[in-house]
Amino acid sequence: MDPKNIWITFPELLIWFPLLAGLVTFFIRKEKTVKTWAIIASLITLGISVASLFFADSVKYFYLNNVSYFWLKYLGSNFSIGLDGMSHMLTALTAIAFPLIFIATKNTAYKNANVFYGLMLLTQSGLMGVFTALDVLVFYIFWELAVIPVYFLCSRWGGEKRIQATFKFFVYTFAGSLLMLIGIIYVYQHTGGTVFAEHSFAMNAFYSANLTATEQNWVFWLFFIAFAIKMPVFPFHTWQPDTYEQAPTATTMVLSGIMVKMGVFAVIRWILPIFPEAVTRFDNIVIGLSVGGMIYASLIAIKQDDLKRFVAYSSIAHIGLMCAAIFTKSEIGLQGVMIQLFSHGINIIGMWIVVDLIEKQTGTRKISELGGVAHKAPALTIFLVVIALANIALPLTNAFVGEFMMFSGLFKFNMIYTTVALISIILAAVYILNMVQKVFYGESNSITEKIQEISLNQKLVLGVLVIFIFLFGVFPQPIFDLTKDTISALLIRIK
Amino acid sequence: MNAIILSAVWGVVMMLGGAFIKNKSTPKYLAIFGLSLVLISNCIEMNNGAAFFSIDVNEMLHFNSFNLTFISVALGCTLLYFLLNGRDIEKVGENVSEYFALIFFILSGVAIISTFNSLLMLFIGIEIVSIPLYILTGSDKRNLKSNEAALKYFLMGAFSTGIMLLGVAFLYGGSETGSFYIDNIISGNGPMPAMIASGLVLLLISMSFKVSAAPFHFWTPDVYDGAPTVFTSFMATIIKAAAFFAFVRLFENAFGSMHSQWQTLIVVLIAATLLIGNLTAVFQQSVKRMLAYSSIAQAGFMLFSLFALNNFAKEGLVLYAAAYSLASIGIFAILIKMKDFTIEGFNGLGKQQPLLAITGTVFLLSLTGIPLTAGFQSKFFMLMAAVQNGHHIWLVIFAVLCAAISAYYYFRIIQAMFFKDATPDTVLADDITPAFKLLLVITCILIIALGLFPNLLTDWLYF
Repeated sequence: MDPKNIWITFPELLIWFPLLAGLVTFFIRKEKTVKTWAIIASLITLGISVASLFFADSVKYFYLNNVSYFWLKYLGSNFSIGLDGMSHMLTALTAIAFPLIFIATKNTAYKNANVFYGLMLLTQSGLMGVFTALDVLVFYIFWELAVIPVYFLCSRWGGEKRIQATFKFFVYTFAGSLLMLIGIIYVYQHTGGTVFAEHSFAMNAFYSANLTATEQNWVFWLFFIAFAIKMPVFPFHTWQPDTYEQAPTATTMVLSGIMVKMGVFAVIRWILPIFPEAVTRFDNIVIGLSVGGMIYASLIAIKQDDLKRFVAYSSIAHIGLMCAAIFTKSEIGLQGVMIQLFSHGINIIGMWIVVDLIEKQTGTRKISELGGVAHKAPALTIFLVVIALANIALPLTNAFVGEFMMFSGLFKFNMIYTTVALISIILAAVYILNMVQKVFYGESNSITEKIQEISLNQKLVLGVLVIFIFLFGVFPQPIFDLTKDTISALLIRIK
Repeated sequence: MNAIILSAVWGVVMMLGGAFIKNKSTPKYLAIFGLSLVLISNCIEMNNGAAFFSIDVNEMLHFNSFNLTFISVALGCTLLYFLLNGRDIEKVGENVSEYFALIFFILSGVAIISTFNSLLMLFIGIEIVSIPLYILTGSDKRNLKSNEAALKYFLMGAFSTGIMLLGVAFLYGGSETGSFYIDNIISGNGPMPAMIASGLVLLLISMSFKVSAAPFHFWTPDVYDGAPTVFTSFMATIIKAAAFFAFVRLFENAFGSMHSQWQTLIVVLIAATLLIGNLTAVFQQSVKRMLAYSSIAQAGFMLFSLFALNNFAKEGLVLYAAAYSLASIGIFAILIKMKDFTIEGFNGLGKQQPLLAITGTVFLLSLTGIPLTAGFQSKFFMLMAAVQNGHHIWLVIFAVLCAAISAYYYFRIIQAMFFKDATPDTVLADDITPAFKLLLVITCILIIALGLFPNLLTDWLYF
């Protein structure tokens, strides 16, 4: 294809389409139309994303996947966005997640549905921007923008204590982002120039920034704290259970399914290549925090009675492992992270859908009040058990591949950490099976009596998720193929 | 030059007109027309340097694209302010055309303090700005709070003017050639003579009074709270930005070469201003008072331009002046329409007046510094300037943590507007005309346009 004939590229489509669709949504009045429109729009985005996967070869189709406009020319910042393997994978996850979320929560009634769905689509646009940005300033702006609609979503449609919980979340991430902004400016002052400016915000300029070891050591933390808050890694996680609990479930799915991936993604995209020396220097601290956080979160998850908080803590444990695996800087560990980024997104959305279904039907999220759901809703139970097993990373499920590889990476790095982290996997089995047992088996009671079998569209969504779980459990090769270039380029840069 | 003379002349026109105009709303249109003329004439001068009046000022005033751009920003913001608040100015009292006349005199003063090249001109300019302000503060004659505020402002202002004069005298005595010109005060960058140092500190104190930097901020909350809200809006935005511009202009040209010797003083000022402004704003229940404290906090950020004194700092200052003035004028314009000035008074505004609430959110987001708004770009430029300066990185980190605190009190209003419900059957805001709504939307568009393309403004600085 002749590059001159291309008038719009994939990353542009992925950002602008959800943005436009979201803005249009604000002006639709009827709730039913809004929902249909949101589902259609998110399916179109999915279509764009799938189409882009056919042109994923970054050398052959460079012009389809990369674009750059002049923006703040005299500061050395351009509006550059592009898709490499990792971005392809994460934009695909984002594109898959939204229609699934919309369909699964179709029956939830929202006041001012047009605003709700509009904000959701704006979030999607912001997320796409984060995953495709090739200019640090553009990245920063999308990073912040992705949070703003979520703030409004949670504060408007969330649970009882939503305002405080969401505000805590917002201030946490805002403070983190501003620290990162200082870091960005500091690194910027040490980059080479462009034709128009002394320094540059371009990704490659940042990668080759001229930082001494001492400078790396402290600027590293400015970036890392911002990302650690988003992931979240212990001890920056305190916002997360409250927010997950209080947010409307559809938003929680976005938060835990995709938004936490922003943190992991950002560590791989920005921290590893910009601060290679600092990463080596602090790897023990970060892995220690992550692994410690895994145990801590797992222990709390065992004691949780609220299903939403329960899933929230289990998510902290999973993210901890990813963060630890990144800092081993091993090829196998990083590839595991890639698989797990995708798998965790799928699995946790599945968990939330099940939690949401139970809450909608019984009106409670207390594990202790539930029981015997399996008698009433066998199909729901089967789906849940599969998703739950994937969360424990049983073989044949998608999470097994990723976790196995991450553990291999961690094992090469340090055996003690591996052993401790493995304990948390055992703990995960304890809390998840315990939950399955208490909620789904045993005697049904007055609360679970009225549970009905799930509807067709919910079966459809959960079915799709289960297909993904098994598909990538036995055949993870597509994700490897997609991301291996990114990882090898990254490793060359670090070494 | 155009702006100084034309706005002074138009001030006289407004004053005389007041004697003949009986209709209450005519002065507003007259003022808007006059201000447009002043703005256009200043833009012409900015474009090709053509002044309508050739007056030999003996280099006591200096015009370049940088300060002319700033004057345009100030005039443009005032025009927007007239358009948004014209009806509310009419409501303050009987002497409508005098209020407008006073504002025109202030604008003339603003143009002088943005272009001064001599300490005498600075002094005269500051006085031209301050005296009409004392009157405006007390213009709600029957209101005790307004009277108290005016008296307090007058006493404090007179006091700081005295300090400034003393400082000027020291500098005149200390300069080698005995000169009032700011670029002749010191030569070289050796250690500062004692006379100069005392003059510098005195000027620093008096200018800190004017821009309400801590610990010289105590008059600000009372005066802003007591003054009629329309005039608070003007004081907190355009006047403050102009005072800052004069502050930076003075210290850059007069003492720029000895920057390292007084930078520590600025560091203390910034840290104190940010801390006190932000922490006190958190505890305010009245939105008007909260905005007064937040204006102190914003001053802390603007002080970074004095801390860094590089190109980013100067661009950032103009950008900050525009961003902060636009957003504050907008939020004050909404505040004036509210029945109840407490934060609870905003409860449920999102339902009753969605447009007011949405535009208000944009203004507040801009004040917080969220990307896509002008507020972000201005904070970003200030941080760029400070980091490029290279000293005291801890101060920059401290500043962003304070910015995170500021999210707390700005977002409280957003929370009230959208996530809380009003007590039934209360009318939250009154007197909203379609034109007013349109102007709010235009202000929002300006803020977002500057947030996306700050170069729309900064490119003008280098003609």
